[in-house]
Amino acid sequence: MIDRPASSASTVRSLALIAVVVVALVTAFAFTAGWLSPGRLTPAKIVNALAPPGGAALGFRRNHAKGICFTGSFESNGAALALSKAPMFAPGSYPVTGRFNLATADPKAPDATVRVRGLSLRIVAPDGSEWRTAMIDAPFFAVATPQAFYGLLKASADESDPDAMKKFAAAHPEFGAFVAWAGSAPWTGSFAQEQYNSLNSFIFTNASGQDQAVRWSFVPAAQPEAVTPDQLKARGDDFLDADITQRVHSAPQRWTLVITVANPGDPTADPTRAWPEDRRKVEAGTLVVKAIEPEADGPCRDLNFDPTVLPPGMHVSDDPFPAARSAAYSVSFNRRTAEDKDYPHHPAGGATP
Amino acid sequence: MTPIHDRFTPLQRALHWIMAICILAMLFIGVGMVSTVRPDYLSLVSIHKPLGIVILVLALIRLVVRLARGAPPLPASMPEPMKLAAHLSHLAFYLLMIGLPLIGWGMLSAADYPVVVFGIHLPPILPHSNGLHTLLWNAHRALALCFFALIVLHLAAALLHALVRRDGVFQAMASWR
Repeated sequence: MIDRPASSASTVRSLALIAVVVVALVTAFAFTAGWLSPGRLTPAKIVNALAPPGGAALGFRRNHAKGICFTGSFESNGAALALSKAPMFAPGSYPVTGRFNLATADPKAPDATVRVRGLSLRIVAPDGSEWRTAMIDAPFFAVATPQAFYGLLKASADESDPDAMKKFAAAHPEFGAFVAWAGSAPWTGSFAQEQYNSLNSFIFTNASGQDQAVRWSFVPAAQPEAVTPDQLKARGDDFLDADITQRVHSAPQRWTLVITVANPGDPTADPTRAWPEDRRKVEAGTLVVKAIEPEADGPCRDLNFDPTVLPPGMHVSDDPFPAARSAAYSVSFNRRTAEDKDYPHHPAGGATP
Repeated sequence: MTPIHDRFTPLQRALHWIMAICILAMLFIGVGMVSTVRPDYLSLVSIHKPLGIVILVLALIRLVVRLARGAPPLPASMPEPMKLAAHLSHLAFYLLMIGLPLIGWGMLSAADYPVVVFGIHLPPILPHSNGLHTLLWNAHRALALCFFALIVLHLAAALLHALVRRDGVFQAMASWR
């Protein structure tokens, strides 16, 4: 077992070899971690770019920062079992924790100033599997790729170049349709009158193993009533919270889950491209919102509505957004949960309802 | 208690080299996944969690085997501080191999994420808590980086034994010959 002692020349060669191995391993690690690639689009970069000029609101979600919690149920009629074996598609009632929200990084933004509204859900099956989804009321997304989303954030915050947004729009023609929607679509005065859309495509798998590309929407039972932005401004900064609290207090609010099935060849990788209206639609059941709770002490506050938390029978498609959203939501969650003290659980001076 | 032999048993050597591959892959996957928004992110996360459980199970088996079969004695020619470093590094390896997967599982539990590995829904091992999540998240990251540093040192020391000191320590774990 005991070899000859090494000569001094071979010792130097051996030490040099050891140094090379160590440096190679550390370099490979640093490269994998992105420490040598300042150009890599990391989730932290996207989250940083979401911050308003004055910095992020500590303790809050880094986007869709303003919101209100609710609880309720998903009443499944069983029709979607033909598409997905997800346990919450079996006929029955499943508990839901959710959040109505506004697409802004500012938790104090006046409601009338935020164009895009959102709905996040966690639906839990008896076996513990969960379906988490976060949707918005736009009919299609603003940009086609996560890289373009980052480009949009950078362009909109670029103070050195007054033409930054024009250049962005020129380079991303699909963005024009979103601007047109934002400028022309009617506003409503209630979260209860909005239709919320997944926009991203997912793959559903049924019990026979058949795959289907789908998107979904929650279609409100309440009839949308158009209200002008000026009228909304006159209702105060938080009229949406007051409205939904009052509505749900009077009666449960309902949405129908409509699953749209892609035809072969429909674009699944690009959420800026809506599918034609004539696609097959399956009504899977009803979301019933039964109780509203302010976010500070509400059950949605410390949940990450990561759209890749999916039950058996659902998985992501070639749409690149759910992965990017999952990565970025995780960074946002890790940051805000570490800032608990900056967002007191009992809002200062506020009476707990 | 410790039997007199100059090499680790074949089972110990097999566990060592299998786990070496798993743990190095795990650390690279970990730093890679948190630095990308590409679809790879989901693939890497979906490997990271079950691989963590595999490492935890292997580490517990390995701990039992180590307690039962012991380790070959270090050569008398090794200076005492070097022996102490070797013993402490082995202790640190066991703590990290068992601790890091548990911290990861606990961190996901404290964040109220469902923990599903190999299609099985694992129970939460800690309550939903922002404070616990933050503590464990920071620990998971810091200890993982320490783990990588320890592996680099371990590798350098192993090569030093193999190429310079030639004292049989490397051969005790080498799986060939």
